[in-house]
Amino acid sequence: MKELLRKLTTIAAPSGREEPVRTFIAAEIQDYCDELKVDTLGNLIAIKRGGGTKIQFAAHMDEIGIIVTTIDEKGFLRFGNIGGISPHRLIAQRVRFKDGTIGVIGSEKVDDLKDLTLEKLYIDIGAASEAEAKTKVGVGEIAAFDRDFADLGQRVVAKALDNRAGCAVLIEALKRVEKPQNDLYCTFTVQEEVGLRGARTSAFGIEPDLGIALDVTGTGDTPEAPKLAMKLGGGAAIKIKDSYLITHPLVKDLLTELAEQHGIPYQYEVLPFGGTDAGAIHLTKAGIPSGVISIPCRYLHSPSEMLDLNDLEAAVRLVVATMEHPITL
Amino acid sequence: MLLKELSELNGVSSRETPVRHFIRDRIGGKVDSISTDRLGNLIALKGQTKKGPKIMLSAHMDEVGLMVVGIDPSGLLKIKTVGGIDERVLISKRVLVGPKQIPGVIGAKPIHLQEREERQNPMKISALFVDVGATDRSDAEKDVKIGDLIAFDVKAEAFGDGLFKGKALDDRAGCAVLLDLIENQYDLPLAFAFTVQEEVGLRGATVAAFGLNPDLAFVVETTSAGDVPPLKNHQASTRLGQGPAISFMDHAIIVNPALVEQLVAVAEEAGIAYQFRQATSGGTEAGVINQARTGVPAAVISIPCRYIHSPVSVLNLDDFAQTIKLLDAVLRKIEQRGLPV
Repeated sequence: MKELLRKLTTIAAPSGREEPVRTFIAAEIQDYCDELKVDTLGNLIAIKRGGGTKIQFAAHMDEIGIIVTTIDEKGFLRFGNIGGISPHRLIAQRVRFKDGTIGVIGSEKVDDLKDLTLEKLYIDIGAASEAEAKTKVGVGEIAAFDRDFADLGQRVVAKALDNRAGCAVLIEALKRVEKPQNDLYCTFTVQEEVGLRGARTSAFGIEPDLGIALDVTGTGDTPEAPKLAMKLGGGAAIKIKDSYLITHPLVKDLLTELAEQHGIPYQYEVLPFGGTDAGAIHLTKAGIPSGVISIPCRYLHSPSEMLDLNDLEAAVRLVVATMEHPITL
Repeated sequence: MLLKELSELNGVSSRETPVRHFIRDRIGGKVDSISTDRLGNLIALKGQTKKGPKIMLSAHMDEVGLMVVGIDPSGLLKIKTVGGIDERVLISKRVLVGPKQIPGVIGAKPIHLQEREERQNPMKISALFVDVGATDRSDAEKDVKIGDLIAFDVKAEAFGDGLFKGKALDDRAGCAVLLDLIENQYDLPLAFAFTVQEEVGLRGATVAAFGLNPDLAFVVETTSAGDVPPLKNHQASTRLGQGPAISFMDHAIIVNPALVEQLVAVAEEAGIAYQFRQATSGGTEAGVINQARTGVPAAVISIPCRYIHSPVSVLNLDDFAQTIKLLDAVLRKIEQRGLPV
């Protein structure tokens, strides 16, 4: 799992540019599903048939990033955010463009850090002129954080654990599941970070009976942290609610019972902000009972997100248990 | 002049009827079918028996404006905005109220009567009212009802060196582009959608795209030009006179990069000036069309426009002409090569 996570987080694939991670995942899972397809928006859908209830599992492939809006006469790039990014977290970070060009994020002079906005930041790719900059990067090009994977033992640090962690869980579960008792639609979605977009259109096409998103969630286990019950090492998190979803009680009970039955460590997640693909899936067509299995993660939407591999393992076991349990709704 | 006629029609969101009727009358006999859906979108289909991808071309008929929310005993009307309007531009503008198009003026306490503090701050809409010349509430109620929509009363005209000014160019300019393209013959099934309620949340396009279920969509819009002082160069998302603006991303869509590349390639091949919309803020109907059903590739082509969402905006007539040329060239390319994505 650690190696899979390292490979997944090393890939640069912000929203709208998921092709590299989609290609990697497709190669990983092609021998473990009955059918593999890519839909109009770019969602990768792996179908594994077990009969019965149609379950859509959704893990988003995209990560946050930046997009170049203008290149000035001195060769500096101005940019917009892709997904939720705090300007304070960007200063002095490095970003990597598709062709490998590295840029460092600088800031105009700001007297009070409270006045720092994205508009005051720029990317310096080491170009001495506008013409030189344009030979490397064009307007509309997208970059991701440039940061290595760090192995801390039981815990790891990387960019894009949101949500390559969820992708790793779904890939691993597909590999481990032996006797699926449901029709599994394992969806690696696009453009979650900009508005749950891939989940919305994929769910419309799949029309599942049950939706389960796999994603990371925030924690309250760091110094002076926001008051959140979730913690690293506390097991897979079964979502109760966030800003876009109140988990269907049937789904919450199902996941809880399966965790108890299989001795899988779990914790409940109440998130007073944020949303996942399940937020879009549960409102599809006439409504789809949905829930989320989350992996607790520190420093979300930063270049250095941290998770505990025990939680990842618990999430895989809970997903496999769900896949192998004959579900009736 | 078509653009002038369209600009001077009043169609504040949810009361687009005058615009719809104008367009319907104009396209009669030129398309296979014309229909109005339940939200009021005017849908014109052309070339339905032709092979090839079904393409939706969309422009919204509605404009920003005001709504009557109360009638004071004095007969003055209390108002709220419909769509995103800078309240500071409202004061002293001439307007037309309700279905009877009653002339009125947006009034406020004159400077002589204002406290010092009031003079230092811009008037909020709660301090403004529309005066329709009524003597009291019952006099006003003869012609005006709560819920009536109010449009700016502005004549449109060409001025300067190839510029054009008027209200509601957002998005009557887009409607005019579609009305030009609808005259042409393409070997493609085309759906022209003149939509409602864009300014209050992309509502018409949401249902139009669901109903049409196209293979590809082009949204024709206006977008704010930032080529005015004191904005710095990198703050100007588009500039007048540099051709239609191609969007790569806004708050509602990340345009498929292959589609953007195709638009650029077509523009360059045909020698049509273009610019990128150098901003990621805002959103257009492309966002909801992109999310319709199982997803629809969608692109946005915009005419740069100064001072949009105000009683008078300004565009460059050459940008307008180039926008038509670009869309025509794109459709011709799809005729030959099929879907770009």
